[in-house]
Amino acid sequence: MGEGPHRHQAGTYSRLPAEWTRTGSGPRTRKTCLMSLAEIQDTPLDETGFGGGQGEVGDYIALLKPRVMSLVIFTAFVGMLIAPGGIHPVLGAVAILCIAIGAGASGALNMWYDADIDAVMSRTKGRPVPAGKVTAQEALVFGLTLSAFSVLVLGLTVNWLAAGLLAFTIFFYAVIYTMWLKRATPQNIVIGGAAGAFPPMIGWAAVTGDISVESVVLFLIIFMWTPPHFWALSLFKRGDYESARIPMLPVVAGEDATRRQILAYSVLLAPVGVAPALLGFASPVYGAIAAVLGVAFVWYAVKVFREREGDAARKASVQLFKFSLLYLFLVFALLLGDSLFAALFSGGFA
Amino acid sequence: MSDDDGIRLSDDQKRRQRGRSIAIGLALAGLVVLFYVVTLVKMGPGVLDKGMY
Repeated sequence: MGEGPHRHQAGTYSRLPAEWTRTGSGPRTRKTCLMSLAEIQDTPLDETGFGGGQGEVGDYIALLKPRVMSLVIFTAFVGMLIAPGGIHPVLGAVAILCIAIGAGASGALNMWYDADIDAVMSRTKGRPVPAGKVTAQEALVFGLTLSAFSVLVLGLTVNWLAAGLLAFTIFFYAVIYTMWLKRATPQNIVIGGAAGAFPPMIGWAAVTGDISVESVVLFLIIFMWTPPHFWALSLFKRGDYESARIPMLPVVAGEDATRRQILAYSVLLAPVGVAPALLGFASPVYGAIAAVLGVAFVWYAVKVFREREGDAARKASVQLFKFSLLYLFLVFALLLGDSLFAALFSGGFA
Repeated sequence: MSDDDGIRLSDDQKRRQRGRSIAIGLALAGLVVLFYVVTLVKMGPGVLDKGMY
């Protein structure tokens, strides 16, 4: 992380968590307010309390949550390719770029708002804002700028339905999920998961200009997948959420209730995963494999449901978490392969 | 103004500032190329045939 000698020594941010208020509107250290301009000009930058202008390019890339972004790119790409009709490859690439940047922007807005709780959790305390590399205000401006650009460019170059969906996704993730539900309700994950479920729908809308049953099914697959995925994570990262006082389900409703709900959503997910074949926009081969994957998902969820004590319980939830990642990847990869295969046999891309 | 006035950046801060400046420059150049290419695509191959006569 390039711990340069000038980087954190003045502690502009090292004292941040104690002074941080819950508003997330950025650190206003008392020192800054009381200093005169002359004093500030006589002080090396690190000691003024502004602390801005310190970030490396890599820190700004980290604000975009590149790992989440890669999943967004993949699912949006699948949505775009399996949609009927075609899109010019250049416009398709621009659409993917806009969706990726828009998703990254919502990640930056999330890190701006959540810096106080990110600082408390082991999984997130190395993020640029709590680590003091980028100020909260810089993250906010970065997120807003990229949001505006991604939506406008998508609208001007592709179509305004896709742009509107992208804008709604950013709003949903940054405002509805991050600012409101995440700290307010144990169902935060369920509703917040909708934000992650939009990208294939946006990809689809970029091609067809509409919302259809098929794109809603793609949405539902990710929507149903999110709760068991994150609740499995929260089962073995429970301490983190407790110390950050986020009302995750295991913290609020207990682990037994979480295991029941994981199982319930897994049972709902399995048929939704097969739905593309049942609705006829994927082949029976896809349907068969998706069914097997769905059964495996439920099987891992049953293991989580049964194993409730000690290491076995932890292991079961880790296994479900890992399998859930594999499941989502495989389902979308299969949908993609399926439509490419069909396109080859129908004599080229539609 | 002597060199001691104003905010002084350390070498490391200058290096990071330079990195950010380059990244912003590349992003702007990328947008220029993007709009250029998209314009060509949107106008299509018939661009030279239209409207002159």
